Amino acid sequence: MIRRLLPHPGLSALLVMMWMVMVNDLTFGTLFLALVVGVAVPLFTAPWWPGRPKVRFLPACRYAALVLWDIVIANFQVAAIILFKPTRDLRPAWLTVPLELSSPEAITVFAGTISLTPGTVSADVSACGEYLLVHALHAPDPAAEIAKVKARYEARLKEIFP
Amino acid sequence: MSGPASFAELLAAALIVLGAGFALVGSWGLVRLPSLMERLHGPTKASTLGMGAMLVASVVWFQLGEGEWTTHELLISVFLFVTAPISANMIAKVHLHRLRTGEASGGASEPAGPAGSPAPPPGSADWATHEAPHQGTPGDFAGD
Repeated sequence: MIRRLLPHPGLSALLVMMWMVMVNDLTFGTLFLALVVGVAVPLFTAPWWPGRPKVRFLPACRYAALVLWDIVIANFQVAAIILFKPTRDLRPAWLTVPLELSSPEAITVFAGTISLTPGTVSADVSACGEYLLVHALHAPDPAAEIAKVKARYEARLKEIFP
Repeated sequence: MSGPASFAELLAAALIVLGAGFALVGSWGLVRLPSLMERLHGPTKASTLGMGAMLVASVVWFQLGEGEWTTHELLISVFLFVTAPISANMIAKVHLHRLRTGEASGGASEPAGPAGSPAPPPGSADWATHEAPHQGTPGDFAGD
């Protein structure tokens, strides 16, 4: 019954939060409207998202915090590269990252994370979905960069999308 | 307003300066980096920490300084974080496509950057941008 009413509990919680943040008002009226939206939208959109992967909530929160922190750190690193590193010392490189993730949602989150952390932009995925093409602004050692991205983000994403 | 600056004012001012600084560095990166793929890295920075710091400054100012409940600035950064990788990805895909068509026709329609053209992935399949969609790939709705 509860499953029928809330096909995507995580999406419902996210919608309630987004609605509260957007309306910018902390009253019971808004909370009620937020709950209506949070229940109705997943209910009516569920048929268009079959095969939804299960997401583990706590690791996902930890992952978001880690990514935010990494964005701050990487911003300073890339700012230093832009300001102080002469172009002839810059070592841009294409990285081919082999993927262990399989669900499209997980690969999308992984690629988005790579693009958001400054210094790397994900450019493409191989047609078979087994490799990710990433451009790095400064990677003197491409193999180390690939290993770092895999250990830091992909390993955690494998926990979130079991 | 008069008198010494409050804590909220100082914090908001510091965050605005930080955000504007990163937006400036990102724009400078756009000017000085050698080719398209390197230049893509500049705007990702301006839109993440640059915008983020300025929006947090707005929250700090209204929340602590004016005592008003406000959160919808956070939503702006959430939407930016969700959309920025997609536009960067689209630009990168167009670059790959133009590199490839330039190589195929003999003339360079697009100069490759210092990193050159990307090597094809191991195995038989090529990068998705280079392949026409065929049955069974995501995005191919022929079987639906």
